Amino acid sequence: MKNSKMKKEFKVIADLLPNNIRVLDVGCGDGSLMNLLKKEKNVEVRGLELSQENVQECIHKGLPVIQGNAETELHQFPNKSFDYVVLSQTLQAFYEPEKVLRNLLRIGKSVVISIPNFGYWKVRTKLLFFGKMPVTKTLPNTWYNTPNLHMCTIKDLFNYCDEKKINIKKVVGVNEDKTSLIKKSNLEIKNLFSKVGIFLIS
Amino acid sequence: MINVAKKGMPSLAGLFFWMNIKLENTKKLEVAKPLKLDCGKIIKDFPLAYETYGKLNDNKDNAILVFHALTGDQFVTGTNPITNKEGWWITAVGPGKAIDTNKYFVICANVIGGCMGSLGPRNINPDTKKPYGLDFPVITIKDMVRAQETLLEHLGIKKLLCATGGSMGGMQLLQFCATFPDKTFSAIPIACSSSHSAQNIALNELARQAIMADPVWDNGKYVLKDLQPKNGLAVARMVGHISYLSEKGMQEKFGRKLQEKADYEFSFNADFQVESYLRHQGYAFVERFDANSVLYITRAMDYFDLSKQFNGGLVEAFKNQKTKFLIISFSSDWLYTTKDNKDIVIALNASGADVSYSEIITDKGHDSFLLNEPQFLKTLKGFIDSMHEKFKNEKRI
Repeated sequence: MKNSKMKKEFKVIADLLPNNIRVLDVGCGDGSLMNLLKKEKNVEVRGLELSQENVQECIHKGLPVIQGNAETELHQFPNKSFDYVVLSQTLQAFYEPEKVLRNLLRIGKSVVISIPNFGYWKVRTKLLFFGKMPVTKTLPNTWYNTPNLHMCTIKDLFNYCDEKKINIKKVVGVNEDKTSLIKKSNLEIKNLFSKVGIFLIS
Repeated sequence: MINVAKKGMPSLAGLFFWMNIKLENTKKLEVAKPLKLDCGKIIKDFPLAYETYGKLNDNKDNAILVFHALTGDQFVTGTNPITNKEGWWITAVGPGKAIDTNKYFVICANVIGGCMGSLGPRNINPDTKKPYGLDFPVITIKDMVRAQETLLEHLGIKKLLCATGGSMGGMQLLQFCATFPDKTFSAIPIACSSSHSAQNIALNELARQAIMADPVWDNGKYVLKDLQPKNGLAVARMVGHISYLSEKGMQEKFGRKLQEKADYEFSFNADFQVESYLRHQGYAFVERFDANSVLYITRAMDYFDLSKQFNGGLVEAFKNQKTKFLIISFSSDWLYTTKDNKDIVIALNASGADVSYSEIITDKGHDSFLLNEPQFLKTLKGFIDSMHEKFKNEKRI
């Protein structure tokens, strides 16, 4: 189930990218997204991944991957060395997400970031009515073992980009199989009904 | 110093005679083309000893070149005909292994400066009709690589599927890719560095000084007398062996365990297991290796500095690389550290090359690449097999 949901998100990310470009997938996992992008968009991919097991999996698939920590090792990639840099659902897990974000914008001409939306209505109601940290399908961990250190909402990231003069090219909200474009005009409502937000920024 | 006369060890004169007989049965290419060495001297009509495993297929898309390390040789797998022991990389190369000789054609040549059949300081100097000794020209990693490149021409291989090597083998490989950017489809440098650090040079100097301090060495003239500076060479090897293990690995393997005794002997014999291990390794080595070769090869390693060759820029060294790289380091390797290996990755990245990198977590130190490290061997196999598929497709187009 998690897999099919992941794939929907990956599909949206793939649709955001043009053909024949260079893409860096930060936190590329087992290489599923890289494989999809290679097949559908004929792009040149590179992954950065922390887990040795995942790195091995990528290498088996013939996908170029560098074992390393995005928090500390993004400096090795030169300025604007990739057309697109993709970061899927890990921004909130970094100690210094702002620093990572700055690095992504330095390395890529454009950046695609997806975040689990803390503003999703189910998350809000869990905290409001039960007074407990929300545990949902997109946020499956409890407060004491979650890797998520800096949760944010679609609205938070939207406002952050505005404030820091980061150019928002496109924002897509994902809820199960449905996707919708998010703009300033419908931000409040989409922030309530999207499980995942996908940002294309530069 | 250490006085360990090994029982039953053949005299060195006899030993070298015996080795030469055995070496006659190994494959040898007579390189006619003159090779101008980095030091300015020219060598020509020189022997390059090599070995191959598996079969080169009709499409010639399954050739893998292995570069050996400091004390390695061309006998990668199977039984080494000189030592009658297993080949040095039998863990990784052979039928059904990570580098599967049922599938791939594996080539390895003895480096020049070595003592397993390729031109080295023990060969006869045509000018004097006597063994070279220290009259042998000082060689570099680049000289070794250029000599080996002639072998590919001889075997009719335009482009290798893969080239690999650990330690000094990795250095040769980096040099090979920089000098011949279009000779291999993929490359796996393992546990190496793009230049020798001060610590690397210091350890090599310790090994050389040990050999030179042995009175038998006699400025390298021992070769004329059919002798070998055994004690010095053994100490040199012991230095190496310490640097190949990690502190934790050594502690786990030996700790303070005593060698077949209940208590201290209150003497300078090998009380501790670790002492016994070092002495054994040291004195086993003198039976198969030449002291002057150690001097020449360690010198070549110390002179290695890839960025120096390219005006101080390692990125420049890898410019326009089409080769697909996989760099592998070992977490407990303090000789060629993860950082040394990552610097290569960073340069390859900056040059826009196709590069993968994996750090294998292990306590076994630099030696890990020679051992049965499942994660390492799995990574090696996964990369080579996937590269083979890609190379076949590329050749088809």
